[in-house]
Amino acid sequence: MKMLEDVGRKTNDFLEYTGGIALLGLETAGSIVRLRIRVAETVNQCYLLGVQSISIVLLTALFTGMVFSLESAEQAVQFGIGSLVGGAVAYTSVRELGPMLSAVVVAGRVGAAIAAEIGSMVVTEQVEALQSLGLSPTRFLVVPRLLALVLMLPLLAIVADVVSVYGGMWIAQSYAHISNDVFISSARQAIGFSDVIKGLLKSLVFAVIIAMVGSYQGLTTRGGAAGVGKSTTGAVVLSIILIFITNFVLSYLLYGTS
Amino acid sequence: MPKLIAKLDDVTMRYGDRVILENCSLDIVEGAITCIIGLSGAGKSTILRLLDALRKPDSGHVYVKERDICHLPESELVAMRSEIGFAFQFAALLDSLSVGENVALALREHSSLTNAEIERRALDTLESVGLAHAYDLLPSELSGGMLKRAGFARAVVTNPDLVLFDEPTTGLDPIVTHLLTDIIKRLHEHLNATAVVISHDLHSIYRMADYVAMLFEGAIIEYGSVPEIRRSANPIVQQFLQGSEVGPIPL
Repeated sequence: MKMLEDVGRKTNDFLEYTGGIALLGLETAGSIVRLRIRVAETVNQCYLLGVQSISIVLLTALFTGMVFSLESAEQAVQFGIGSLVGGAVAYTSVRELGPMLSAVVVAGRVGAAIAAEIGSMVVTEQVEALQSLGLSPTRFLVVPRLLALVLMLPLLAIVADVVSVYGGMWIAQSYAHISNDVFISSARQAIGFSDVIKGLLKSLVFAVIIAMVGSYQGLTTRGGAAGVGKSTTGAVVLSIILIFITNFVLSYLLYGTS
Repeated sequence: MPKLIAKLDDVTMRYGDRVILENCSLDIVEGAITCIIGLSGAGKSTILRLLDALRKPDSGHVYVKERDICHLPESELVAMRSEIGFAFQFAALLDSLSVGENVALALREHSSLTNAEIERRALDTLESVGLAHAYDLLPSELSGGMLKRAGFARAVVTNPDLVLFDEPTTGLDPIVTHLLTDIIKRLHEHLNATAVVISHDLHSIYRMADYVAMLFEGAIIEYGSVPEIRRSANPIVQQFLQGSEVGPIPL
């Protein structure tokens, strides 16, 4: 009997959560469609959420590209296919690592920040104060963060793509003596413009996930400082899980049938 | 019979399994200062949130200017809230904006005033609470008493008809408490508005209240002018006013 109760409660919680995010998404989309956008705040959020994430995305992408090249270059040279390393690095970077790594890193940094900031505003009654002034917390808080992430995450993914490929090229050249010309030529053959666009499309979806999960977690914060901590952790964990799942689905839809 | 600006009618409100208000009714007389007293956690702040439609009751009705605000669409709620000012217990100024920007926010969003007019009005309102010098400061740079005053300024900058004060003097020294009580009285007279004040500070209440309502176990158990409340024969009211541990209120 208790097990049934638990299942029922968890199902209820899940439906409540997904319904809540869906409603928040609709309200946010409504504000954007009606152009109820705070431009200055959106620009400010682009700086806070995007520009300030560049260094961490850059480092993560650089070392991932380097380690990928390190692992593959020596083996490839041994088997006489060193000329394919550039293609392999570029292929995985542009299609998977660039969009997903940048999203995971941003989810950890920005998703947490969004949930913590909005959560703190909830527990200090600032969100209620907005409502009492006749202002929509969605328009005031969620829309600028969503737009900033939708604008900035694809740019961060491009940075990740480029840095990852260059990191891989440097290691391939210095460790496995694969010339830069061979590496770049291989990379050019392996990826096309459509791969870049598909990678950016993934980034757009990941941006929406990070912004909406972080905002919803923040807005549903209860119980003071402990509640803010719980919301922040929840935002990061859930965003990362959803990014991995969505990445698989999008990879299947975008590349699986080609 | 005095004219009412707001009214709680048979309201019941729960948070989870906990009943906060049960069949609670309260009249708010137009143009008067009504103070609500009661034990901590009795549901006084919930009444203010109901009057501003920040919460909806589980049953019953909340009327503001003869409109039942429990079923108003969001667009009408926004218009209604511009006629109500809410001074929160801890001010709840937005951290990311300066004090002046906090006060000007409602005007920027809801009025057609020019930038210069908005700034002038925000500055004048801050001046009326003695904070003109704090216009460009951040909320984190203010003391507790200054924060409360800035919260008052934000609540009244739109010249609302009804102003709600949530524990305006809690946690402040007697001098600042006296100052804030004076400010509430002055703002009330200046705006010709109705005020609802939640407070535990009986001295302040005696100085400013036209009506006092005592909330106990989810309902208003006593309502009247200050002399009427002080003379109340209700032992619960008397125990509360005397701050006695002995009496019918369970500790």
